[in-house]
Amino acid sequence: MPLLEVSAVTVSYGGNRALDGVGMSAERGAVTGLIGPNGAGKSTLFDVVSGLRRPQAGRVVLGGRDVTRLGPARRCRHGLARTFQRLELFGRLSVRDNLLVAAELGPERRRARQMADGLLDRLELTGIADTRADNLPTGVARLVEVGRAMAVRPELLLLDEPAAGQDGEETERFAALLRSLAADGTAVVLVEHDMGLVMGVCDEVYVLDLGKVIAVGPPEVIRNDETVLAAYLGDV
Amino acid sequence: MEQFLTFGIVGLSTAAIYAVIGSGLVLTYVTTGVFNFAHGAAGMLAAFCYWQFTVGWGWPVPVALAVVLLVIAPGFGLVVERVLMRPVQRLGEAERLVMTVALLSGAIAAARWIWDPDVPRPLSVFLADKKPFHLGPATITWHQAITMTVAVAVAAGLWFLLNRTRTGAEMRATVDDRALVRLTGADPVRAGRVAWILGTQLAAIGGILIAPTVALDASQLSLLIVSAYTAAVFGRLRSLPLTFAGAIVVGCLESYLTGYLPQNQYLPGLRLAAPALLLFLALLLFRHPRLRGRDRRLVQVPAPSLRGTAVFAASTVLFGVVLATVLDEADLVTYGPIFSLGIVALSYVPLAGYAGQISLCQLSMAGIGAVVWGHLGAHGELWALLAAVAVSGAAGALIAVPALRFSGVYLALGTAAFAVILDRWIFTLPSFHLFGVRVSLFDQGSVEMTGPNLFGLHLDSTAELTVLAAVFLGLASLSVAWLRRGGFGRRLIALRDSEAAYATLGGNLLVTKVLVFALSAGIAGLGGALYGMQQRTITAEQFNLVAGLPIFLVAVIGGLGAVGNGLFAGTAYLGPNILIGVASWTQNIVTVLPALAGMGLGHSPEGIVARFRREWEPLGRDLIALPALLGLLALGWVLRLTDAINGWTFLIGSLVAAFALRAWAAAREAPRTEPDVPVEWWGVRRPWRPEDGEVLVRATAGS
Repeated sequence: MPLLEVSAVTVSYGGNRALDGVGMSAERGAVTGLIGPNGAGKSTLFDVVSGLRRPQAGRVVLGGRDVTRLGPARRCRHGLARTFQRLELFGRLSVRDNLLVAAELGPERRRARQMADGLLDRLELTGIADTRADNLPTGVARLVEVGRAMAVRPELLLLDEPAAGQDGEETERFAALLRSLAADGTAVVLVEHDMGLVMGVCDEVYVLDLGKVIAVGPPEVIRNDETVLAAYLGDV
Repeated sequence: MEQFLTFGIVGLSTAAIYAVIGSGLVLTYVTTGVFNFAHGAAGMLAAFCYWQFTVGWGWPVPVALAVVLLVIAPGFGLVVERVLMRPVQRLGEAERLVMTVALLSGAIAAARWIWDPDVPRPLSVFLADKKPFHLGPATITWHQAITMTVAVAVAAGLWFLLNRTRTGAEMRATVDDRALVRLTGADPVRAGRVAWILGTQLAAIGGILIAPTVALDASQLSLLIVSAYTAAVFGRLRSLPLTFAGAIVVGCLESYLTGYLPQNQYLPGLRLAAPALLLFLALLLFRHPRLRGRDRRLVQVPAPSLRGTAVFAASTVLFGVVLATVLDEADLVTYGPIFSLGIVALSYVPLAGYAGQISLCQLSMAGIGAVVWGHLGAHGELWALLAAVAVSGAAGALIAVPALRFSGVYLALGTAAFAVILDRWIFTLPSFHLFGVRVSLFDQGSVEMTGPNLFGLHLDSTAELTVLAAVFLGLASLSVAWLRRGGFGRRLIALRDSEAAYATLGGNLLVTKVLVFALSAGIAGLGGALYGMQQRTITAEQFNLVAGLPIFLVAVIGGLGAVGNGLFAGTAYLGPNILIGVASWTQNIVTVLPALAGMGLGHSPEGIVARFRREWEPLGRDLIALPALLGLLALGWVLRLTDAINGWTFLIGSLVAAFALRAWAAAREAPRTEPDVPVEWWGVRRPWRPEDGEVLVRATAGS
């Protein structure tokens, strides 16, 4: 049974349907990609899954439990963590304190300090541990957000454009991180515009366009799907 | 039926005034993004000027009206826009809020200065000599008729301005995006200027119309207009038609409340507090969109070391001991509350500084603490101090629950309404029974206070209580520093920086907010209890909203994130009283000072305490200057105690020694940190240092 199951989720802003009966699932130990042109509804879907937005219709099931009516904090306790497309770091705290806050809220609060130091080490952030988060360049800040989400020991990790602002070498290291997270048994859902990264690490890819899933499948299938090409490039 | 109609007419004419004032408030808010807390105060000043011209100097009414509405009000609006608001327009919402609170506090103090509050100033209604006319069974006075006509005219005029003129279009465009409107060739600065002028004129019209029906009193009049705020909240601070509708609801409700509320001793205060109660309910009823422009300019929150704070706490206690031994009884009554009110100001640090929750009811919480001590600690029982902290903490938790729905300006409004409900109604209640427990508050007068028993000693002299308050301020400062360094402090800052991220990491917003409100109300309650002991008797007026504003302003100026703010705010709030000792005519200047300082905020958003710390740090590190200073201070103290020198010599001598040694220490430190070569010459005129890369990365990231 998949860890996350989203079915028939619908969200409207005014008369505008941001999501229209969207369904998706994510498995433990796999990286699931979520791609689509700007405005396709990817971030809205993340908001619905993480509990920041109530859908008008549809269900979100996490680990076999219906969490549709639960708030974001309760969902976190059921093993969900996320990052944000518009950075939401705790700007006045240092990088270490950002991780510490999360670790102290998470299941391993007694070992919070070791946990935070371990993550700093794993993400190679120890050198900037005491830098105020406000002062970080975007690429690094995104990595810190990933680290902060990892600090609550999630079973399901939603990453919203985590590699934006990273250079080639950083992206490669990031791909390795994603693979190691999946190898640890975490279900990772990745929204990303860097197609190289998505096609390289994802086990399955969902393509959203105008609030609907237009294609699902392994990367090599998606790469050659005509509907997807049309959505991205227009009818040619 | 006739009575019902009469109250209805009264209600509608009051509603007309609220509508006029409320629409001015909405106009400035939508155009400039500033919620003007001082809007009512502008109306109050206009009413006073109008009284001065017509009654004071005997000018004809039309001339006085023309001068007030066409010269003074627009002038005031222009000055406020240019001098106060434009410098903080680009800063955060909190800074703009503080600026208008400073203006409110300053306007009240200035009005009391110019127009002696002890002199009654009756103002007659318009066309008082004309006979009221009848409309069916209802009687309408000419003043009421004029009021309602004015409201209709204002509504029509505003509709025309906003929908049919270029300026109106500019104003509506400025609402959505200031930068964008500039690209279209329109001028947001001009739109803002027009909004401030019109807004102030509308407030002035309202002030002049309402003043004859109530007493001409600075703070009463500024706060009466709370009802106009309620009307504006009905319009969600955006819609003029809804504001007019809200005004009718509020005006009629108030009028019928006056007419039909049963007479008993518990309810007169309710009538006075009804506007605030309505405001609170209106805030709760309507969902408020998060205010535009997320505050991304967050001021640094220092994490002081526990050792440093311990030294600071010890200095605080020492300062208390010096004051207690050097000052005579009368001066100690004046300056002793530096420490107790300092604790009240310190309560803002976790709440506003860390968690970003702006509360205007902290002094009310202090009042609750004082009352609890007054009744339970009547014989100096020490446990009653814990009870005072606990009860005010509980009151703080109570306000936190509805506050979860508010943020920014709405939270400030909600807590201000809460403060008014407390001081107009709850604090004036006679004693009553709640779940079988007899609850007394201010006993409709004053409460006697005594000091506590500590280790078999009864601390009751002013000197003892001053030292006690200093010890508690030291301990409270240490506790707040400890809090800042611990997990809870981190969580508070995290909550402020991103509620969404905090919630998705499993943080509980409600619990965290309730805890921080309770904690800071508890600190304020402790301060209030100590303040009460020092004052010997307390009354409800000492803890009302208007009394609390200057303390809030001084705390903001100190820097809400700084643990040293308690001592700073207490000293800065009461210290200027020294001027009155020199020349008694400065008394009014001293009361206006906090407001003036608040208005200067635009120039130092990080707060004065942080600057102080930077300036005095070299002295603290200097192994010669610091002992020298301590020695000189000790010497001065001994000389003063033996009456070899007087208090002035001691004060001035200490200040001169401190500043001279500070300058000397700074000069000694300077050669060690020689001025760096300009950044483009790094690695050329001086060798490249390993840390330079990091410095450059941070500088470019921060810019």
